[in-house]
Amino acid sequence: MSLFQDPFDAKSELAACPCGKHHSLSEHDAAVAAWQHEAQLRTAADEEKRLTNAVDQAVVRALLPNDATRRRVLHAIGAGTLLAAIEQFFPLGHAREAFAQSGKIEKTDLKVGFIPITCATPIIMAHPMGFYSKHSLNVEVIKTAGWAVVRDKALNKEYDAAHMLSPMPLAITTGTGSNPIPYTMPAVENINGQAITLAMKHKDKRDPKSWKGFKFAVPFDYSMHNYLLRYYLAEHGIDPDTDVQIRSVPPPEMVANLRADNIDGFLAPDPVNQRAVYDGVGFIHILSKEIWDGHPCCAFAASQEFVTTMPNTYQALLKAIIEATAYATKPENRKQIAEAIAPANYLNQPVTVVEQVLTGTFADGLGKVQKVPDRIDFAPFPWHSFAVWILTQMKRWGQLKGDVDYKKVAEQVFLATDAAKLMKEVGLAPPTSTYSSFKVMGKTFDPAKPKEYIDSFAIKRI
Amino acid sequence: MKMSFRLRAAVLSVALLVAMLATWQVATMGSGTAADMDPEYAKLMGLTATQGKSAMPGPLDVGKILWKHLADPFYVKGPNDQGIGIQLAYSIGRVALGFFLAVIVAVPLGFLIGLSPLFRQALDPFIQVMRPVSPLAWMPLALYTIKDSGISSIFVIFICSVWPMLTNTAFAVANVRKEWLNVARTLEVSTLRRIFRVILPAAAPTILTGMRISISIAWLVIVAAEMLVGGTGIGYFVWNEWNNLSIANVINAILFIGVIGMALDQLLGWVTRLVTYPE
Repeated sequence: MSLFQDPFDAKSELAACPCGKHHSLSEHDAAVAAWQHEAQLRTAADEEKRLTNAVDQAVVRALLPNDATRRRVLHAIGAGTLLAAIEQFFPLGHAREAFAQSGKIEKTDLKVGFIPITCATPIIMAHPMGFYSKHSLNVEVIKTAGWAVVRDKALNKEYDAAHMLSPMPLAITTGTGSNPIPYTMPAVENINGQAITLAMKHKDKRDPKSWKGFKFAVPFDYSMHNYLLRYYLAEHGIDPDTDVQIRSVPPPEMVANLRADNIDGFLAPDPVNQRAVYDGVGFIHILSKEIWDGHPCCAFAASQEFVTTMPNTYQALLKAIIEATAYATKPENRKQIAEAIAPANYLNQPVTVVEQVLTGTFADGLGKVQKVPDRIDFAPFPWHSFAVWILTQMKRWGQLKGDVDYKKVAEQVFLATDAAKLMKEVGLAPPTSTYSSFKVMGKTFDPAKPKEYIDSFAIKRI
Repeated sequence: MKMSFRLRAAVLSVALLVAMLATWQVATMGSGTAADMDPEYAKLMGLTATQGKSAMPGPLDVGKILWKHLADPFYVKGPNDQGIGIQLAYSIGRVALGFFLAVIVAVPLGFLIGLSPLFRQALDPFIQVMRPVSPLAWMPLALYTIKDSGISSIFVIFICSVWPMLTNTAFAVANVRKEWLNVARTLEVSTLRRIFRVILPAAAPTILTGMRISISIAWLVIVAAEMLVGGTGIGYFVWNEWNNLSIANVINAILFIGVIGMALDQLLGWVTRLVTYPE
């Protein structure tokens, strides 16, 4: 590899051939294979030397682009003199240090927790499809029983990073429902992809006004599901606290509860909705995109400590996930992803259920095949305006007490800058601003005016 | 006569089993009323919805899966998909560890309480309050303070198996026959010798009964604890298959849990017989 060739060696040619060392391609390939093998065995010291070499080479090549000139200079004055001369005006030491820092991953064996739902698609698929190993990370993705357990295991550092609901890092940071611990959300996993499912016996009660007395399930108190369901009900004049009952039920138990008639419906992540349809237990009333098209749902989250103490590991992990997300945005890849994440090690669901969710061609439970390609989509950018909206809803329903600096919390937790940088590297187009207004059920949300937004609702708990 | 009685009991057992399996099979056979559906739609639906197949698996389905598990009990396909043998080993390991920690604490403490009326009186209110608490209620507290889910489940096993052992040990030690203690006293036996040579052998069968109760409770609790925390173990297996609504796998897990529970109980029953001396 020419990258690791000694540029101060007078006999070597730097720019002559693709590799610079060999005369034929086969010789080159053999050397590359040998180098890769050696790379696995190399020690930290070797690594450093190689990096130093690479930096030096880049500098020398920039100064003396013509290989013949470089060799003549080396012959004339010697490597030591040239090195000293360069150091006079170029801080080689600093350059070497900077390069080494961005190269070395502090910790390669990582544990990432996930809940078996399709929202976690990028985190899960990155494992079987090799996005983690591409960035030399050895990531174990661990299935977890519920959101409270994910939170506790992440806070206990059993997980280095985790799949969370996007309101969770905000709740953890503000100390809502747990001790305040600075937490960060470097990327959104998915947008849309949830649905309201009702039991088959309510086939004719499609108007929410007739839902008084219903029992609903949502996956967690601090979830988009809870806020979207409350929003939807309140917009139809149903008070989510007094007219209906909303319980927090782990996703796997939802279908069983719906079948047992314990609940009338749920706003849940997939594949739970599609599974209820698949088993003939319920039907899809509406998709969550009909409430707010493009709403965030789940997120990739890590503690601030992880981000600051292991910056390179964090960058590599985030890049792997953003690459996976970019891959998942393409509709033509969705079938392949469904097959990769359906087995017992990941979602543990029939492939057809996962496929219906990801491709958006699905049975709605009422006898029709619907085609909604953007039923679920993947977009990593953590808009600060999303965070502000979530905080307004936490405030609206009395979860957040006291005064909140919406902007400050949003910008502390949602790490938009890193995501934007890495999105550009993998060929996605990040937006230029981190705030934008959007519509939820036809009502415009202005992220600059969170207080006025809360005041504008008729049903609220403040 | 005795043999034929046993034989009759065995025949009855088998007959009951066959009758139960037959009823089960008949009850869960597909009613065959295939719903009238658009074929494209039907392709996207499960058998329960399209062919009116019962959501409850029949004994044949369960048997097939049982065979699959028995044929390959120790496979590892990633951290979240491991063979049932490995899952059971994880659970047994946790139970064993928690149980032995409980033995180390409960037996000496039980001796202390049994020997000293003062301690018995002083510790009684604590024991009475702590004993009826469901071990799973400790789980959130354990996760929060111990900060490790593996150790938390072992702690939960510890806390649930400590009480029966403690109360049984205390009771057994306090109720050693007076005559034996009096004989020891007339022979001027030292305290340590009295504890190890007179009280321990006399109390052993009751202590072992306490352990037998403890291990049964521990085995009950580990399944629930693992369902709660996830990761590994037979409880996680049940949860994972519930997630997939695979009732056949859940029934299989129930079978395995029952068999292992019985084995653990028999093991301690055997040890109890070893330490029991006919008077």
